[in-house]
Amino acid sequence: MSTTPLRLKELSKKEDLLTGGHRLCAGCGAPIAIRQIMLAADVPIVAANATGCLEVSTTIYPYSAWKIPWIHTAFENAAATISGVEAMYRALKRKGKISEEIKFIAFGGDGGTYDIGFQSLSGAMERGHDIVYVCYDNGAYMNTGIQRSSATPFGANTTTSPAGSVIPGKLQPRKNLTKIMAAHGIPYVAQTTPAHWRDLMTKVRKALEVKGPAFINILASCNRGWRTPTDRAIEDSKLAVETCFWPLYEYENGRLTINYKPKEKKPVVEFLKTQGRFKHLFSPENEHLLQHSQELVDREWEALLREEAMWKAEEEKEEQKD
Amino acid sequence: MKGWRELEIGAVTEAGSADEYNTGSWRAFRPRWIEENCIQCLFCWIYCPDSAITVKDGKRGEFDYKHCKGCGICAVECPGKKGKKAIVMEEEGK
Ligand SMILES: Cc1ncc(C[n+]2csc(CCOP(=O)(O)OP(=O)(O)O)c2C)c(N)n1
Ligand code: SF4
Ligand code: SF4
Ligand code: SF4
Ligand SMILES: [Mg+2]
Repeated sequence: MSTTPLRLKELSKKEDLLTGGHRLCAGCGAPIAIRQIMLAADVPIVAANATGCLEVSTTIYPYSAWKIPWIHTAFENAAATISGVEAMYRALKRKGKISEEIKFIAFGGDGGTYDIGFQSLSGAMERGHDIVYVCYDNGAYMNTGIQRSSATPFGANTTTSPAGSVIPGKLQPRKNLTKIMAAHGIPYVAQTTPAHWRDLMTKVRKALEVKGPAFINILASCNRGWRTPTDRAIEDSKLAVETCFWPLYEYENGRLTINYKPKEKKPVVEFLKTQGRFKHLFSPENEHLLQHSQELVDREWEALLREEAMWKAEEEKEEQKD
Repeated sequence: MKGWRELEIGAVTEAGSADEYNTGSWRAFRPRWIEENCIQCLFCWIYCPDSAITVKDGKRGEFDYKHCKGCGICAVECPGKKGKKAIVMEEEGK
């Protein structure tokens, strides 16, 4: 199987497997990520898609924007659905009824992944299916009108964590799902954004290549929920990475690599201030909340750095032994 | 009761048929390509959420105005030439 070089000129010669004419909002981050995923894959893909904006808006009857076999599955079980498809594929292969190399991907939003689909996701990973699960994380239940999820950042204003005189937006920090997936001990786990298209595509290829389950968490801007102009999806993804709110990293067989370290880590307010969902944090009485947002980012980033340093030290020790 | 083999297959639609659907009418702003400022980096193409930038043989062509929703991402991400953008957003219908 030849692989297309990860150069835009070469990639642009491939067919787009997600067509235009879908009804995701103007400037939505999710389809940018999906297009890149499909362009990265050089093998046939079968996908399952949990209910959410991506699923709803790409398949409004009688239209479909997908040029691959694609299954709409319930909100909570994309991982279970794709596990079944992959198991059937293995059975057909065993019986000699199919010979083609096919790969299987499940797509879910953060609500469908961090929250309601978490049990089926964890089960599929533990069973060891040869699948890739992709979460597009826009930080809330967007399709039903911006309800907070466990992926919603601390302080964000959502319809179920409304900033006002009672609470200043979401009171809890985000759940670190990427780390939780790494704790499953699966062969590949990564985090990326569509602004970093080469990083994203490299990770998709690695995830498809490994034998066994892989998980990729992709930050996907939602201008409706983030309260941003429609042209911000890529810029805000870059800021998320430059502030270390959303670091680019991967676990290969348990080994952590941080794929990008900003030369100068920007303060997290740079990421927060462009988004209306954090606007209230910038009023003088909420300064301590901004500070807390920074502490949350620092704590996770420093833990990542320490963990990577530990791996490097281990490897150096091993090398000295040889 | 029917066994699963007798059930009708659920909603199966033609792959990629959304291509026929016009989302261009959503636009409030319209991107315009200024070819002489274009360095053919294809950032606009890789970042467009709506596959609305046509590319042929690795070279950027016109916008696909049937699908472009006018989000403006391409204009923001376009590096252009010598500080001059190759994409500008203009109010629709003016
Ligand atoms: C069991 C169940 N509960 C609730 C819903 C309603 N529902 C449809 S989409 C959605 C939100 C999806 O959120 P997320 O997974 O984050 O995807 P997004 O819409 O943000 O892309 C909800 C609550 C449903 N379809 N099924
Ligand atoms: S609500 Fe947000 S996630 Fe849903 S289609 Fe619109 S921009 Fe995309
Ligand atoms: S304005 Fe948005 S939809 Fe239109 S071509 Fe540019 S990026 Fe694509
Ligand atoms: S982003 Fe700008 S310079 Fe690059 S190909 Fe598109 S129009 Fe040309
Ligand atoms: Mg969501």
